[in-house]
Amino acid sequence: MDLFDDTPGDNTPEFSVSEIAGTVKKLIEAELGWVRVRGEVGRVVLARSGHMYFDLKDDKSVLSCMTWKGQVAGLAMHPEEGMEVIVEGKMTASGFQSKFGLNAQRIAIAGEGALMAMLEKRKKKLGAEGLFDESAKRPLPYLPEIIGVVTSLQGAVIRDILHRLRDRFPRKVLIWPVAVQGEACAPEVTRAIQGFNALTPGGALPRPDLLIVARGGGSIEDLWGFNEENVARAAAASAIPLISAVGHETDTTLIDFVSDKRAPTPTAAAEMAVPVRLDLIAGLDAWEARLSRAVSRGIEDRRQKHAALVRVLPRADALLADPNQRFDRIAELLPRALKQMTQAKGSALMQTVTGLRPGVLRARIDREGERISDRHARLSIGLKRSVERKRQELEGTAARLRPGRLGDETRRQRDALSRLSPRLDAVFTTRLKGLSDRLAALERTRMTLGYQATLARGFAVVREGDTLITGAKAAENATSIEIEFADGRVSLDGKKGA
Amino acid sequence: MTDKAVADLSFEDAMKELEVVVGQLESGDVPLDQSIKLYERGAALKEHCQKKLAEAEEKVAKITLSSDGTPTGTEAVDLG
Repeated sequence: MDLFDDTPGDNTPEFSVSEIAGTVKKLIEAELGWVRVRGEVGRVVLARSGHMYFDLKDDKSVLSCMTWKGQVAGLAMHPEEGMEVIVEGKMTASGFQSKFGLNAQRIAIAGEGALMAMLEKRKKKLGAEGLFDESAKRPLPYLPEIIGVVTSLQGAVIRDILHRLRDRFPRKVLIWPVAVQGEACAPEVTRAIQGFNALTPGGALPRPDLLIVARGGGSIEDLWGFNEENVARAAAASAIPLISAVGHETDTTLIDFVSDKRAPTPTAAAEMAVPVRLDLIAGLDAWEARLSRAVSRGIEDRRQKHAALVRVLPRADALLADPNQRFDRIAELLPRALKQMTQAKGSALMQTVTGLRPGVLRARIDREGERISDRHARLSIGLKRSVERKRQELEGTAARLRPGRLGDETRRQRDALSRLSPRLDAVFTTRLKGLSDRLAALERTRMTLGYQATLARGFAVVREGDTLITGAKAAENATSIEIEFADGRVSLDGKKGA
Repeated sequence: MTDKAVADLSFEDAMKELEVVVGQLESGDVPLDQSIKLYERGAALKEHCQKKLAEAEEKVAKITLSSDGTPTGTEAVDLG
């Protein structure tokens, strides 16, 4: 011990590690206790044990935060990386790790801007999943039997809804009371929407056929529960058509995007939920009147059409009156006409028969006989007359026929002939003389042109048979040669020299 | 014209069918015997709708919940 006596600070009390760790923990917890810390969420880990660990940071430092299993359920929201949050809790230290940290028991989004940014992020996410699609929206029932309302029993909202329903069409209303702000809001609203859907239609707890999720106006923080993802998902999954009416007209929360119909106010939601009963009664009365009118008009139309047809349709006896009359008249005429005709024919016959006697026939024969003998007499006279006339004509012609005239003509012709005959002889003699002169001249010419005249000048013609020999070679080859001179022919047999 | 029993129709469906029936009758080209059938159907539909309109009863109840949040029953509420 003495060895160390002069070392400075040797009077400083000595701690064990656990003692110093415990002292630090006490100091931190006593000095800081419950704190509110603002920062950006870093890494978040949800351990198997159910505890949650996350970092809270700013530009320089990092604070480890933890929320124990039992506390996690109480959080209004779960931290997500990148969120700007305000965390409340107790500062503490752990001797086990030589680490200080914050036991976070409340987490809230820091500021409106950050909240809006987060809302936009969620909108994008759910929108991308198709939860906002028009096709996902169910039509509201025209006249719901039971309306389920998810809201708080306190405040004006439920009164407004009930009043408006009563005015329009009183209905059965089932209220599922929920907290409409604070940390309990989102889980309670989610459970209420799911709970209504889980009811069986017509059961002890009858299932509504329309839901209204309603809340009055408030700050964005007040309405925040309706921006939570689980609320929006429950509303989107609801098989019962759902009207959202959260906040005032200008407030739009996430549930408004997934609901089947968004009402600007709770009163408007009631108006969307039911039609006006009195209007329906009036409308139904009008339809009933039209129904009665239509059917009675249908009958009246047919009655009138029938009456009109009956009017145009003539009575059977009227239709037959004219033909009947005609028939009667003709029927009356018929026997009389027959009798008349018989009489007429009878008298015609009688006339014919009375004229038909032998005397009449004979008279006619006589008459005809006379006519024939008359014609016969006239015929003989006519013939005689005709022959006489022709003979007279012949005699007239014969008288004019004289032989002297014929002799004159013959003489005249004979004279002409004797005049022409000497002329013919003279012409013929002259012509004959001309032709013999020409012939003698031609003979002379022929004699000068022929080879016989040449022979007279001492030339000869050599032949072998009928063929002319015109050269020595042909003469040598010839078997017999005949030479013609002007005064005769000489034949030479055999070949000269051999 | 559906053959569904009138009593099973919702108010809206009954109303729609009534409109169709009236429209058919008003068009005037329905045979007489069928128009009488249509009229009877229309009258039944109208009765049904009227009954539905007469059932305008206000009854407001709230769901009672157990401690774990499951519904246990209903309880009348009067919110004035």
